[in-house]
Amino acid sequence: MSYDTALTVFSPDGQLFQVEYAMEAVKRGLCCVGVRGKDAIILGVEKKSASKLQDVKTIKKVYQLDHNLCMTFSGLNADARILANQTRLQCQQYKIYYEDDPSVDYIAKFTSQQQQKFTQRGGARPYGISTLIAGFSNNKPKLFQTDPSGACSEWKATSLGKSAKQVKDFLEKHWREGLHEKDALLLTTKALMDVVESGNKNIELCVIRKNECWFLNENEVEELTKITAQLQ
Amino acid sequence: MIDFDPSSFGLAHTYQKEDKDEINTLALPSAPQVIYKTLNGPTQINGGNKLNNFKHGTTTLGFVFKEGILLAVDSRASMGSFLSSEQVRKVIEINEYLLGTMAGGAADCQYWLAYLANHCRTYELKNGSKLSVAAASKFLQGILIGYRNSGLSMGCMIAGTDTTGQHLYYIDNDGMRLKGDIFSVGSGSTYAYGVLDNHYRYEMSLNEAVELGIRAIYHATHRDTASGGVVRVYHIHQNGWTKVHDGIDVVDLHYQFAQQKGLVGDGDEAKQRLF
Repeated sequence: MSYDTALTVFSPDGQLFQVEYAMEAVKRGLCCVGVRGKDAIILGVEKKSASKLQDVKTIKKVYQLDHNLCMTFSGLNADARILANQTRLQCQQYKIYYEDDPSVDYIAKFTSQQQQKFTQRGGARPYGISTLIAGFSNNKPKLFQTDPSGACSEWKATSLGKSAKQVKDFLEKHWREGLHEKDALLLTTKALMDVVESGNKNIELCVIRKNECWFLNENEVEELTKITAQLQ
Repeated sequence: MIDFDPSSFGLAHTYQKEDKDEINTLALPSAPQVIYKTLNGPTQINGGNKLNNFKHGTTTLGFVFKEGILLAVDSRASMGSFLSSEQVRKVIEINEYLLGTMAGGAADCQYWLAYLANHCRTYELKNGSKLSVAAASKFLQGILIGYRNSGLSMGCMIAGTDTTGQHLYYIDNDGMRLKGDIFSVGSGSTYAYGVLDNHYRYEMSLNEAVELGIRAIYHATHRDTASGGVVRVYHIHQNGWTKVHDGIDVVDLHYQFAQQKGLVGDGDEAKQRLF
């Protein structure tokens, strides 16, 4: 008897195969990186165009959830869009209930709770994405990662998707506490450039500061990749 | 918050039927389902069956000053012209960092402030951080808006301390929520405002603030028949709250203040005294 066709069935050795397969989908997804600095968090994603005819710069893979909260992902594009919209709504709903901005912990927990919901009900499949959620709480920068099983954890720097291991090793070697925004930005770009094919057009970068998000435009990314290529 | 409903396991409740509206529409605060039962007929707001209408004549006040927030309340409960109690506790201790005052319907205030306390605790356990005063008061406002026009009667102040300092909010059954530095609520509030507005300064010391609070409540209880009993005083500071006075009888206060003014009470106050 196969234990992997239905979501709501454990295997004899305690695995939920559908959830594991969802995590495989994430591992095949394009690479994304998150780096926590002292006064900013950097999110970087690899973009890939389906063909030369597609305009790569119109693909946006970093979603803004609130004025100082952003999310990116690895995995299925469409699932990310849905989850991002639900999380955006939850940010606003929190404000109606409580007036204050939700903390990053709260939003990360909400996102992972949504992902967990779909590991426990029939007729639906898990979300095929792992997300990186970055923002500020109590003036401290925070970076969270969620995955299809509904787990949620805080990270100093991490990466998801294809070549995640390679990037994580690079980050482990070079990340240190208290990076300034510029250094964190260079670190993220370098990490991405090692794994992304054919350079700058395929990278999207976002800097999350205490009160705003800065989405780097095409020219800024190009300049940044040139500077990074010259280092080391 | 959208919480997972355990009754939705299995194929009987599939994604399409249940979640379509829940996830993608903005859920405005909805009043929790509580059924109000009345002894005789529908709830009436003013008057009605006097034996059910356990309403407060009250004076409660609160103000923000340099050392935090001071709350002072009286303790009388009246049902029409019958004094049902002179020892009511009109400051409700929601938790170690939040206090609520009671004016209007006692039951409404007690229940909903207890509900708020429950919610604050659940939030703290779930999220690892405390709710701010703004958030707690906003949450209560959300509930009261849901019960608008249902006959709730509450005029309460939420005062507390959080990471951004000490804050004072006024919330009433119409769903009004105001942030402010000085509030007084109840039938005796006009008298209390007179004294408060006259002597309030932000730079007061704790002792001056306590005295101002006591005086204001005393004057209200002196002129308003529906306020009286004892004065209770609480102080909110950055480490939580402290009960400064648990119950000073206003009758004793009357004679103390009269003595300070040199009044003897023999009807001949205007007459010059030889001693």
